[in-house]
Amino acid sequence: MTHAKSELTVGEMLLRHGISRRSFIKFCTATASAMALPPWMGPAMAEQLRNSPRPSVVYLSFQECTGCLESLTRSFAPTIEDLIFNTISLDYNDTLMAASGEAAESARAKAMQDNFGKYVLVVDGSVPTGAGGAYCTAGGRSAEDTLREAAKGAAAVVCVGTCAAFGGIPFADPNPTSAWPVSAIVGDKPLINVSGCPPMPEVITGTLLQFVTTGRVPDLDEHRRPKVFFGNTIHDRCYRRPFYDQGKFAKTFDDEGARNGWCLYELGCKGPTTYNACATIKWNGGTSFPIQSGHGCIGCSEPGFWDKGSFYSPLSAPAWGKAGEVSPRQVGELAGAAVAAGAVLGLASAGVSRLRQRHGEQHTDNEPKGS
Amino acid sequence: MDLLSFARGPALKVALAVFCLGVGWRIVGFWLLRHRRNLNKPRASVLKFLSEGFVAVGSRSWPHREFIGRTGAGEALGYSYHLGLFAVVLLFTPHILFLGSLFGVTWPGLPSSLITMISVLTLTLFLAVLFRRVTNPVMRMLSNFDDYFSWFITALVMVTGLAATAHIGGPYQIILGVHILSVDVLLIWFPFGKLMHAFYIFPSRAINGALLARKGAVS
Repeated sequence: MTHAKSELTVGEMLLRHGISRRSFIKFCTATASAMALPPWMGPAMAEQLRNSPRPSVVYLSFQECTGCLESLTRSFAPTIEDLIFNTISLDYNDTLMAASGEAAESARAKAMQDNFGKYVLVVDGSVPTGAGGAYCTAGGRSAEDTLREAAKGAAAVVCVGTCAAFGGIPFADPNPTSAWPVSAIVGDKPLINVSGCPPMPEVITGTLLQFVTTGRVPDLDEHRRPKVFFGNTIHDRCYRRPFYDQGKFAKTFDDEGARNGWCLYELGCKGPTTYNACATIKWNGGTSFPIQSGHGCIGCSEPGFWDKGSFYSPLSAPAWGKAGEVSPRQVGELAGAAVAAGAVLGLASAGVSRLRQRHGEQHTDNEPKGS
Repeated sequence: MDLLSFARGPALKVALAVFCLGVGWRIVGFWLLRHRRNLNKPRASVLKFLSEGFVAVGSRSWPHREFIGRTGAGEALGYSYHLGLFAVVLLFTPHILFLGSLFGVTWPGLPSSLITMISVLTLTLFLAVLFRRVTNPVMRMLSNFDDYFSWFITALVMVTGLAATAHIGGPYQIILGVHILSVDVLLIWFPFGKLMHAFYIFPSRAINGALLARKGAVS
């Protein structure tokens, strides 16, 4: 993972590993297909990659749990080995790299200097700004400083995970570290959000691959997520959708409906409001995804998912309680107080009305007869 | 806070509070108004005129044989869309969940596809009702902002609900947010407009029936 290796083109690297051009085109075609790119993109990607030096990637981790990197290492198409050994030059990642301390930091500085304006900056985790940035430091520098410096020479910034993309759990109320998403700090670079807690491994690798092969930022949605992966809701592609349409819903996680694979809407599934590729690409090499395993979607790839109420409260349910759930008792108290206040108001307005009527009658009685 | 969180969170809370306050105010205020003392000698026993009050709720809710030719179509239209509204509000599973979280009771719903069909039919009847209102000179003269706004807000709730169910018109969370927000507006408007007839209609028929019975008339 040294910079010298990145001088070789990808084609040369592959030849050294005994991989034929035909095999490589097949790999690129399969990858393009996984990313739902047009058929001509496979050979075009292969050609671009073969003739280019492996693009430098600097991967910074800030306020996060390393779940995103754990997810990335489980990518099947392309695999993490393919990605970091054959396609990109991962010049800095403090978890995967062998070097540590000064050696690691100087590798990052060198990669950034040698590839200024060309490297892809991948960021994982939110950026805490409270207490002068003391909540997250590496090599004596705050996450915010490191990010600002690294972003200057980046060709693009890829925010991996909901923490980097939208602030995630650190950003959730009460946000004790004054955490921010990357977009709040880096405003002048092409920025791609690959959200999810964690994001899907194939979505991370696919997005990186698409950028390094085409050199273009893919089509993004309003949250700067690649439309190719975030264009549909989980609900749109869910295999349980027919049960939603039939009005068949599981009431508990172990009832007959749940065993029959009925829709989990009543159990709080956030699939209808969550954009991600879980229901199509699935996890662990296409094995399954949370809904298939019997749990509703928690909406982890959406902004503010941690603050949107209980994971187990249906989307259509009222949500103003502390935990995002409203109990009938709370509703009863609210309604009772409001009705009581209304009744007092009614009493007062009826009293005013009676006084006016009485006043009107007295006025009529006092008028001279025959007038 | 996104639109959906706002609509089903603070906006709904305020709307429910205003709804309850308004209904309490209107009912108590109306009930305690000073009524003119009835000096006539009662023509029936108290039991009789109370029972006639209940009878009137039923008899006045059915078209009178003599006028059925003139009023039957309008009443059929009115009853049909009310039944449609009740079915959609009370028998669609997401609505049952919504009401269940408010009152703590749930009941079986109808298939979503059937509810969608009922909604489309109800909306069509709703348009027919509006057409009748604007084309009939007498009804047009009797109508005011209250009638049109009450129609509009109810129709908006139905249209956005249909769009949310069918996943058309935009992202689901936006359409669902607009749908719930339109329900919030309806709840706020409810006690102060003609939608309040939902609370007044049966008591007023019962009171009329009882007063007529007291005078010796039969409902």
